Order: sequence, then C-alpha cells, then structure tokens
Amino acid sequence: MIEIRIHGRGGQGAVTAAEILAIAAKEDGKYSQAFPFFGVERRGAPVTAFARISDEFIRVRSQIYRPDHIIVLDPSLMSVVDVTEGLREDGLVVINAPEDNWNDVLERLSGYRVYAVDATEIALDELGVPIVNTAMVGAYLRASKVLSLDAVREAIRVRFSGEIAEKNVRAVERAYEEVERIE
Amino acid sequence: MSEMEYTIGAVIKEPGSTRRNKTGRWRVFRPVLDEDKCVGCARCFMFCPDGCVRPAEDAFKIDYEYCKGCGICAKVCPVDAIEMVLEEEME
Amino acid sequence: MTELGPDVRVINGNYAAAEAVRLVDVDVIAAYPITPQTPIVEYLSEFIANGELDAEFIHVESEHSAISAVVGASATGVRVFTATASQGLALMHEVLFIASGLRLPIVMAVANRALSAPINIWCDHSDTVAQRDTCWIQLYCESNQEILDTIIQAYRIAEHEDVLLPVMVCFDGFTLSHTLEPVAIPDEERVREFVGEFEPVHCRLDPEEPMTIGPVGGPDCYMEFKKMQHEAMERAREVIGEVNREFSDAFGRSYGDGLVEEYNTEDADYIVIAMGSVCGTVKHVIDEERPDVGLVRVKAYRPFPGDRIAEIIQDREGVVTIDRTHSYGAMPPLWTDVKAHAPDVEVSSTIAGLGGRDVRPEDVLRAIKVAEEGKGTDEPVWINVNV
Repeated sequence: MIEIRIHGRGGQGAVTAAEILAIAAKEDGKYSQAFPFFGVERRGAPVTAFARISDEFIRVRSQIYRPDHIIVLDPSLMSVVDVTEGLREDGLVVINAPEDNWNDVLERLSGYRVYAVDATEIALDELGVPIVNTAMVGAYLRASKVLSLDAVREAIRVRFSGEIAEKNVRAVERAYEEVERIE
Repeated sequence: MSEMEYTIGAVIKEPGSTRRNKTGRWRVFRPVLDEDKCVGCARCFMFCPDGCVRPAEDAFKIDYEYCKGCGICAKVCPVDAIEMVLEEEME
Repeated sequence: MTELGPDVRVINGNYAAAEAVRLVDVDVIAAYPITPQTPIVEYLSEFIANGELDAEFIHVESEHSAISAVVGASATGVRVFTATASQGLALMHEVLFIASGLRLPIVMAVANRALSAPINIWCDHSDTVAQRDTCWIQLYCESNQEILDTIIQAYRIAEHEDVLLPVMVCFDGFTLSHTLEPVAIPDEERVREFVGEFEPVHCRLDPEEPMTIGPVGGPDCYMEFKKMQHEAMERAREVIGEVNREFSDAFGRSYGDGLVEEYNTEDADYIVIAMGSVCGTVKHVIDEERPDVGLVRVKAYRPFPGDRIAEIIQDREGVVTIDRTHSYGAMPPLWTDVKAHAPDVEVSSTIAGLGGRDVRPEDVLRAIKVAEEGKGTDEPVWINVNV
C-alpha cells in the first residue's frame, strides 16, 4: 500500500488531486481511498489531502501519519508547514517549483528523493489559471510510477468534462514530460 | 365501551368510531331551549364546542346523545332562551 | 467487499447514500442540510433536477420539520427518505418516537457527528446512540459500499410486515461521508426487483377509505402498543438476517449474519467489539500485527444481537469494547449492552474517537492492551486523551 499526502493552499485543488489519484487507481485495477484533512475549508489557507493506493481492499480508516510520497503544490508552503513530517526514509517528494528555486528546494529537502517541475507555468499555459493540481498529478506519475498515464487521463475525464478535461489532460502530459529528478 | 383492538401503529380503520362513545351520559345539567324566546341568532350553534347544536326547522336542535352539558350555549344566548336544568329534575 | 469491475465508481459515503436512494426510487424526500450530511441533500436535489430521480423533495426549515414531513408522507403510503447528523438528529428526537409508534417504514441516513458543546463537526456516535431507545432499527456501516447496500436493504427490512419499523443507517461523518473509495453500483432494475413495489400494510391516508392515524392511547392500551413495538423489534432480527442472505444471493455481498460481523474470531485469544468505520482499522491491525485478535463488529445496534455476541466472546483471554460515545455517570453504552448478555464474561471498556479524534492503529493496539491487562472492567479507559 502506498500512502500519499498532498500539500496545497485552499483553491489550488489538493483535494481534487487526491480524488483524481483515487479514481485513476480504479482504472488501473487497484483499490484506493482519497480524503481531505477533515476540517473547515478556507481559500488561501494551507490544506492537506490524502490518498491510499493498494492492490487489495483498504481497510485502515485512520489518517496518514507515515506517508510514502508527498506532493507539494506550492513551494512557499515549505516555510509555513513541515511538508516532510512523518515522511518515510528515502521517501519521495514531488514539488512545484521554477528551476531557479531548485537549489533552495534541495537544501530544504535533503535526504529525500526529490522531483520538481514548474507546474505553475504549465497550468497558466494550458488552463489559463494557476490551478496546478492536475499538472502535479502528471509529475507525480512520472516520479512514482504508481499509476499509468492512461488511467489518469481517464480519471480526469471522469472528474471534469469537455474542453476543461482535455486542457487538464494536456497539463498532466506536459508535467509528465517536464518533471526532473533534482540532486 | 367496545373491546380494544390492538392494530399495528394504533391506527383505527373504522372511520368515525368515536360516535360510539355517547358523551351525553356525562351530563349533569341539560340545556333546554325555549323556542318561543329564540331569535335565531345562531350563537349557540357557533359556540358549542362539541357540535351538538344544529339548525332545525324552527330554532335549533340540541343533540342530547353527545351534549356534555357544559352550558356555553346558555351563557352566550343574548335572550336567555336556554336554561340549564339538573338532569334528575328532568325525569 | 467491493470487487473491482466495470460497475465500480470511486465515490464518497454521502454519494453512496444518495445513489442508493436513487436506485430504490424513493417517492418523497424531506431533509435539512447539516455537516457532514449536507452533500446527500445536494446530490438528491441534483438527481431530481436532472430527472434522474422521480421524487418529491420537500424543502423544510429544520430537521424537526424534515422528519415530520416524512412521517406525514409515509402515512400516505409512499416510500420516503431523510438524512441528518448530530444536532439535527437531536432536534428530531420527539418525532422519532412518533415515527416508530406509528410503525412507519421510514429510512434515514445519519452521517455520525458529535454534539456541541464545544462546537464540533467531526465524527463520533453520540448522536445516534443517544436515540437508541426511540424504537428505530440502527445499522452501522464500515465502508461506502456498505452504506449503499445497507440503505437498499433497509427498505426491505422496514417495510417487512413482521417489522414495520423505521431504520436509521448510520455511517461515520468524514471518515466515510467525505472519503472516496471504490463502490460497486448495482443495476437499477435489479435493485428495484429486490426492493419490490411498496405496499402499505397498516397505514395509508386515503380519502376514499378514511382511517384514524395517531389517536390517543391511554393507560388502558398504551403499554400494549409499546409491547407490540418490542415484539416487532425482536422479529426484525430474523428479517435483517433474511434480507442480508437474499441480498448476498442477488448481489454477491453480505455483512456477517446481517447483525454481527465476525473477523478472525475463530481461534482468537482476544476479542475487540466495536461499531462503524473504526472496525476497518481493527481489521487492519489484526492483519498486520495481531493474528491472535478477533473482531466482533456490531452492525445492528438495535435490535442488539446480545446473545450472539455472548456466545462469541466465551472462553477468551480478554474482551474489550470500543465506544465512540459515553453514558456519563455510568459505563459506556456498548459495554453495558454486551455485559447485559454476558454477565459472567470479563469485558474491558474503552472510549476512543470522540469528536473526530482519529483512531489510529496504535490506539486499537492500546485498547487490546487494556484487555490483556484486564483493566477497564469497572471504569472505562479513555484512549489517546490528554487529561
């Protein structure tokens, strides 16, 4: 079982990112859970969302304290919350950051496997709004290899419809191509 | 009293079965209407809480099967046409 | 358990509840939104607006009105649904007795949530357990699949001529209501075949055939009607089991014997007794690190399957209940119910997960330890608490 924690700010789509992963898991024949940090939602405030993916039905119902993978939708969160709290040794962090920030990111995340992509640029190009969740799902796929790109394309078409779905599929595909391991 | 029927949810399938309960037996005083005095204002008809006063051909008719003898009709009559009489005295 | 297939959708618990109502083709819905149940009301309104569900949605100004409206609608002889949580359920309290006293087969979903004060929107069982004496059947779910399946079954149970009692389908707020997971959506035609057409047995408001509903029942007869409710609740045990078996035949899923689900109990030294989604975490702990522990999941809290539980917990090293509520000044409700049927068995009592306090695997291990140490038999042990 893989446990994933997603950090974002209210409005960036952290909860939707978790939902897309859960829906995509089913498309790949896997079991999943997706849930928000249970609380009050406020735009701009730090938000966490969670997902579990497994080959077997997931029975555990507690929140996630020892995640295998972290997705960070907004690099500025690193100065507000401890994004690697509880992350397993050699755990994976996939972060949205422009290339000129990568050294700073690496310094803060030393000891972990770190992948970065400029998801804000991709979201602005493809969607016209800085909602980076789908791009970050694309980057995460490449970094984690937990799910297939086809499954995520399908999940996005379940979660969104029409032109918006297609724009988000392009954001996923671009981030999948552009994400890099930084060392 | 008829025997209690224990239906599911205490529903009563026979409509109007409450008519079987002749509340006229509860009466101590009986309202007696003097038709000569009656001016036909219908206050007794309107105020009777049990629907026991009904318009009749001349004046009004009181249903003694159900009238409990509360005396409201006598109280509201503007011409004192209704007198409350002890039941024993009626025999 | 959900088998992954083309009929599976990844949905949250509230959607699973709304989807069940759509599949059953309920006629009248009256509900008032309250966190964490609100999305049920929204989904059902959408279904009706989109023409996916042909039902009357009665907009009301409170939960008291919502339950009153479904009592009235049910008395006309149609299938009804409502849903609430927490303060909303508390506000319904007096009408809950009327619904069961009139023997109306109402189905209500409750997304379990704590009661104020302090203000708290998160999960525990203090809302529904506080309604245990209202003569509603109470069924508790562990997964989103079970929410959907149980609501479908609830109509069969409630409408059964041997039962005719309202059913509360309880599921944990947020932990299930706001969590997405795979749920197999059964075929609409087959669900309608399973639940059948609703034929009112004893009560139908009809001007052509008038009847009196809700008369006075004085000291000469009130007790008889209450004893009849007790007997209906007793008969519900058999019906719940029967519906669970028939559901299994029709859809391939069942939940224990319908009242109690056993997990790894056969050779277990220790038994955990619990209700709701925390049972999933208990199963996880059993699978991962405690093969010597078994779980008794109480699915039906009313009618309480006490005899069956007493049978299962005989001759163990230790037994522990996990209550997600408390009866202040006494022992917790689940413990008390178990002990009433198993007075000779030493049973430990724990309280966990009040007001959304997460029940983690380590908290389940702590509860098991309470049983191992033989503690909590005359006073509950509070798990993961700072005072």
